[in-house]
Amino acid sequence: MNSLYYQKRLSRNIGDKFFTSLSIICALIAILPLIFLVTYILYKGGSQITPELFTLEPNPPGDDLDAGGINPALIGTLIITSIASIIAIPVGVGGGIYLAEYSKGGPFSRFIRFGVNVLAGVPSIIAGVFIYALIVSTKILFGSMYSGLAGGMALSILMLPTVIKTTDEGLKLVPNELRYASLGVGASMYTTILKVTLPSAFRSIATGVVLGIARAAGETAPLIFTALFSYYYITGFGDLFYEMGSLAVLIYNFALEPYDAQNKLAWAASFILVLSILSVNIFSRILAAFTEKTKRV
Amino acid sequence: MEEKLTLFKNRKRFGIEKNIDIIFKNTALVLSSFVAIILLGIILVVFFQSFESFSRYGLKFLVTSEWNPVKDEYGAFTAIYGTLVTSFLSLLITIPLGVGTAIFITEDFVPKVFREIIGSFVELLAAIPSVVLGLWAIFVMEPFFRAFFVFLHNFFGWIPLFSTEPTGRNSLLAILILVVMLLPIVTSIARDSLNQVPKKLRNAAYGIGASRWKTIFSVILPAALSGIMAGVLLALGRAMGETMAVTMIIGNSNAFSWSLLSPGYTISSMLANQFGEADGSQVSSLFYAAFVLMILSLVVNIFAQWLVKKFSLKY
Repeated sequence: MNSLYYQKRLSRNIGDKFFTSLSIICALIAILPLIFLVTYILYKGGSQITPELFTLEPNPPGDDLDAGGINPALIGTLIITSIASIIAIPVGVGGGIYLAEYSKGGPFSRFIRFGVNVLAGVPSIIAGVFIYALIVSTKILFGSMYSGLAGGMALSILMLPTVIKTTDEGLKLVPNELRYASLGVGASMYTTILKVTLPSAFRSIATGVVLGIARAAGETAPLIFTALFSYYYITGFGDLFYEMGSLAVLIYNFALEPYDAQNKLAWAASFILVLSILSVNIFSRILAAFTEKTKRV
Repeated sequence: MEEKLTLFKNRKRFGIEKNIDIIFKNTALVLSSFVAIILLGIILVVFFQSFESFSRYGLKFLVTSEWNPVKDEYGAFTAIYGTLVTSFLSLLITIPLGVGTAIFITEDFVPKVFREIIGSFVELLAAIPSVVLGLWAIFVMEPFFRAFFVFLHNFFGWIPLFSTEPTGRNSLLAILILVVMLLPIVTSIARDSLNQVPKKLRNAAYGIGASRWKTIFSVILPAALSGIMAGVLLALGRAMGETMAVTMIIGNSNAFSWSLLSPGYTISSMLANQFGEADGSQVSSLFYAAFVLMILSLVVNIFAQWLVKKFSLKY
């Protein structure tokens, strides 16, 4: 009779309670510091934001009272990330098109897919070391050593696997009927890809690419000895061939300075970087959820 | 009939269009092979740049810890040891926390809305740049843990791992910040593989009278194991190559010590610190260290991919 009711003292029920509380504790230990981290960064950095921050050059450390602004680093991050995107997006989308549309699962495409995964796991600092050896130390870019261009190239290596993967996977989700229909009415392969499959996979590819760009914008390791850092305004096209500052390297350099003013600048830069990366992430997530819902209907 | 045939003949695809088609295909082919070219390029370039140091020190480079640009003597043992210790110990802390959190998210302890919020929040954290985590570690984590480290040293100082007086930045802090970085990776991959376990397995286990945790330990976790293992290995690769946060908090000292409470070094933090100012044979030695790091992370990554292919359960 009793065995029909829930018995608290049964060893299996005690064990269940124990492990359930253990997993709740795990989740709490994992999540609380993370919540604290995000709020602290947003609070501490947000309190440093002033209008001058966006227009001034940073002052060289040592002048303790006034650290200046982060204008060159902000512009530098935009430029370096754009250079990386200009290189990585065409190469990545083209490579993804080949994998998804042309390859037939032979050894070549298997090798490339494997390579994409391996390249995604290469430590980011190795990309910096590679570009240093290839471009910075050889002065191959018109005799310039450290440059924004070299920094952009290093970042593009990190973006490339993401772009290829999202293109490949986005195109594979396009139903084959669309391809048959297009080829059936006499369209050639490239018209089919450019006019039918790519547009219908556009949103998922764009989401992945934007997330890749956001990730690249926060990368520091590939930049510290390719783009280096600069305290001065970016004034013209020629500045691409000289040292270029970026938000990420600014945070790194100024966090290690012993002066309070520079540290505050680092917090402000982190606020801008984290806020933009998080909003891009949240926005693309909402967009993805939205498209999924409309598709289901 | 004759008339129709000519009609078809005239409507043949133009030569130009055919050529465009071929050019398009070949361009895509070339672009996709860029991945392989870059990958091989990285391996070859780093290897050849390290050749000078490799031929001078050979494998002795891996086991000596002298790093002296003045005397031109180089050995990377401290950095290699630091890389392995920080990544493995951080993983050791992350695995139970991450898998526990993943189980919490995939079971129905709390309503689905909360679990989804927690899940996407953890994923968002993976997007925070490591340099920002480093900044946070310097100004928040280090002061927060200072008293705890003193306590560790006072009471467990007889263990070699805690044998030095804590002075600011040290390896243990690097391990803790790595835990913060790896947690999102392990949690989200473990959650995905737990979610992929078919519901009927769970129902079958409940049906023959298994309790919830008996089901989790004997059915669900084994079924999701390959995915979780792959996630763990990916996290290990990330931990080995992680540069910025570790460089900012580990203290960067090449003096070898067993103690986690003393400043240490990892290969990537050594590269970040010295690459800009190095010259002569120091550059070659740094490339040698970079080569070691690359081989380590390549092995881990390839092993992870192999594991996924070999052991992925198919339902």
